[in-house]
Amino acid sequence: MTRLTRRLALTLSVLLLASACSDDSNIDAGDQGGEATTSAPETAPEPVTITLITHDSFAIDTSLLDRFAGETGITVELMTAGDTGQMISQSILSAGQPLGDVMYGVDNTFLQRALDAELFEVYEADGLANVGAEFQVDDEFRVTPINFGDVCINYWTDALPGPAPTSLADLLDPINAGQLVVQSPESSSPGLAFLLATIAGTEDWEQFWTDLRANGVSVTPDWESAYYGEFTAGGGDRSLVVSYASSPPAEVMFAAEPIDTAPSGVLLDSCYRQIEFAGVLAGTEHPDAAGQVIEFLLSKEFQDGVPESMFVFPVSDEAELPEIWATHAQVADDPLILDPAEVEANRDEWTDRWVEIVLG
Amino acid sequence: MGRNRSRLIAAAAVVPAVFLAVFFVYPVATVMWRGLGDGGLAPLRDLLDSGRTRDAIWFTLWQAVLSTLLTLAVALPGAAVVARSSARTQRVLRALVTIPFVMPTIVVAGAFTELFTRFGLDDGTIRLRHTVWAILIAHVFFNYAVVVRTVGSFWAGLDARMEDQARVLGAGRIRTFVEVTLPQLRPVISAAAAIVFLFSFTSFGVVLVLGGPRQATIETEIYRYAVVRTDFTSGAALAAIQLIAVLTLVAVATRLERSRPLTVSTSHRATVRRSPVGLAANGTLAATLLALPILVVVERSLTVGNAYGLDNYRALGTRLSMLPASATDAIQNSLVAAVSATLIAAVIGTIAALVVVHGRGALRHVFDLGLTLPLGTSAVTIGFGILIALDEPPLDLRSSWWIVPIVHSLVGIPFVVRTMVPVLRRIDPALHEAAAVLGASPRRVRREIDLPIASRGLLVGASFAFAVSIGEFGATAFIPRRADTLTAPQALFRLLSTPGELVRGQAMALAVVLMGIVALAVFAIESVRGTHEGSL
Repeated sequence: MTRLTRRLALTLSVLLLASACSDDSNIDAGDQGGEATTSAPETAPEPVTITLITHDSFAIDTSLLDRFAGETGITVELMTAGDTGQMISQSILSAGQPLGDVMYGVDNTFLQRALDAELFEVYEADGLANVGAEFQVDDEFRVTPINFGDVCINYWTDALPGPAPTSLADLLDPINAGQLVVQSPESSSPGLAFLLATIAGTEDWEQFWTDLRANGVSVTPDWESAYYGEFTAGGGDRSLVVSYASSPPAEVMFAAEPIDTAPSGVLLDSCYRQIEFAGVLAGTEHPDAAGQVIEFLLSKEFQDGVPESMFVFPVSDEAELPEIWATHAQVADDPLILDPAEVEANRDEWTDRWVEIVLG
Repeated sequence: MGRNRSRLIAAAAVVPAVFLAVFFVYPVATVMWRGLGDGGLAPLRDLLDSGRTRDAIWFTLWQAVLSTLLTLAVALPGAAVVARSSARTQRVLRALVTIPFVMPTIVVAGAFTELFTRFGLDDGTIRLRHTVWAILIAHVFFNYAVVVRTVGSFWAGLDARMEDQARVLGAGRIRTFVEVTLPQLRPVISAAAAIVFLFSFTSFGVVLVLGGPRQATIETEIYRYAVVRTDFTSGAALAAIQLIAVLTLVAVATRLERSRPLTVSTSHRATVRRSPVGLAANGTLAATLLALPILVVVERSLTVGNAYGLDNYRALGTRLSMLPASATDAIQNSLVAAVSATLIAAVIGTIAALVVVHGRGALRHVFDLGLTLPLGTSAVTIGFGILIALDEPPLDLRSSWWIVPIVHSLVGIPFVVRTMVPVLRRIDPALHEAAAVLGASPRRVRREIDLPIASRGLLVGASFAFAVSIGEFGATAFIPRRADTLTAPQALFRLLSTPGELVRGQAMALAVVLMGIVALAVFAIESVRGTHEGSL
């Protein structure tokens, strides 16, 4: 190439990159930052921005964040990183160059993987005083429990061929033949949770699945195809589905016509407890501010809003459930749960075995 | 003019080259190195030893071949219909067939599942649910537009005199098609086939949801290893296998496409003719295949309880508690991202197409091949690559707003290149000469002859780039984004993962709005070229 073309080339590529970078900063320096500095009281510390990485099911009433910024000078910027599995794999890949300061949404089925990758710094939250011991899984305080949401068998009351099942064993009853639809634990988070429920809740889970297969269980790759494709809710012909304890109140909340009773119910003995945690990401430049964000996630204000924005339950004793939830949500007293380390050590083997038994 | 022009082209070539290097080659190389750097090719051998992987590779290949052949069989007659319609009808038809192209996989899968149930194909003797047939039908549904639009618009520009002469000399309709029309169409058919093949080769949602839990492809296996199991080594090994396969296939397709230089002129286009009965039958089949799933979605969007109404549409403006923004905000985000992605794809793609057509030797081959690769590369590979490669200043673009349009344009660029190259290559040299003899300056020749012809390819490609961007869901999920920049497909996915009739109705309404936007946008983009070029 001649000198001229080389110079032209250089200019062009610089221009391209410059436009990419500069426009980005314009957008990033948007509205929230300015607001935080003006409304912060004079006593507030230096304004900082904390990036909170979440899975894409995270939602919040943003006025809570504005108020938090006003009180503390901390602007929280929300970044979503796909579903929980995608978020964890992204964070493991970018460990050392973290995408943000705090991560929210790692659950107890993925927890050990995140801990093994040393993603988090220790932070012992004051807010834990209001959180029951059963939620405090990590005694080294690398992660802090924020919410829980049980994965349970749901039934559509009007479509059941017999009485509502009350135990995992009832799913094997011939009267429920061809009634149950589950998700594959290879591709679905509730699917994995239900496999873990059967491992924790039956004598011989391999035999249980062999029998379940004989009783006509159907397998879909994801929650949507199960709940909306084959379960009664979407017009399907199966009355039992693996879903969440929060699904019946959601059916009430988003019913087309207002209804008094939930059309579906929950088999409480099948519930597997999923606890979601938040943690300060190792490598953050603002560990103190990051800790304050963890406290915010445990505050009554945030915890009160958790059910209606994310369809999960708050871990804090202080939180009050919204009316629809208080009326229509059932929570298992004694849910099934496995140790995160045990799950991580056996997960691949269990799912491989499950594939052989159920799909083989 | 010759030397100046080739210098200019060599200089301009730097833009797409840098773009591709920074946003594709470097990230993909980084992710491969990260996964395979320590163990070398050993993990690759281990994977190839496992029956599951071999099955997945084999299945990926044959379902993609079959999907491509089926799509061509169903869509080529459609292209003929488009080619023979009047300019206005062409624009409408081309806009309509683009709708399936942007429908979110999950919505289409739901619609197909419902159709299978309604027609009793979910179980029993003729079962489609969770079979390879479901996958194939869905691939035809999604890719129909690729063939009809690229082949159809090229076909419309063919010189009809050759066909007429053949007919006058006594050749039958079929013989005329096989011996006169088909050879001229071959390059553009292979270009369309290559795109359909790559889409089917890397298809993820369709295989997962419609194929059921037993079907695995290279793409779903990459996801399973890299995301579900965080086994980045096996993930990278599979990504390498995918890349090698795609490279080989694209190289073959490119060779086919280059094989027959024939000319096209602007002066004589095919005249409107009556469609034979065969075409009508095919048209009915295609219309049924395309329209039924769309109608299911429209019906669902209008269903409110036990009645029909517009409530779901009215609700789109209100933010639901589980979304960081309202559905209308999400649509706005999608529009802005799609317009940006389209502009990037149009600029980079046009330069690249010029390089491919007028550039010299190795450069053009590398370009042709390189710019098509992103189409056949897993969303996981690209997403993770960008995540770990572009993580340091001056290129810490991981959380930049631009990264979404840029990733979308990676998929849009091959469309622009692939639709422009056959068109550019077939600008009739005789036209140039005639114009020059009649005293037109080279600049005027370019403006009045090259530009209108080239813009045909560009606009078809650009409207694809727009459609790709507005419907894209896969790769964006692997790139962290600011929560309030959520796009319409993401909002839709989020709505569909919540129980409750209202939410589901709103999701369907959002899907319909998305389809409407695409149809209108494609119509508008293609109307840009105005009336003076007629049906070109």
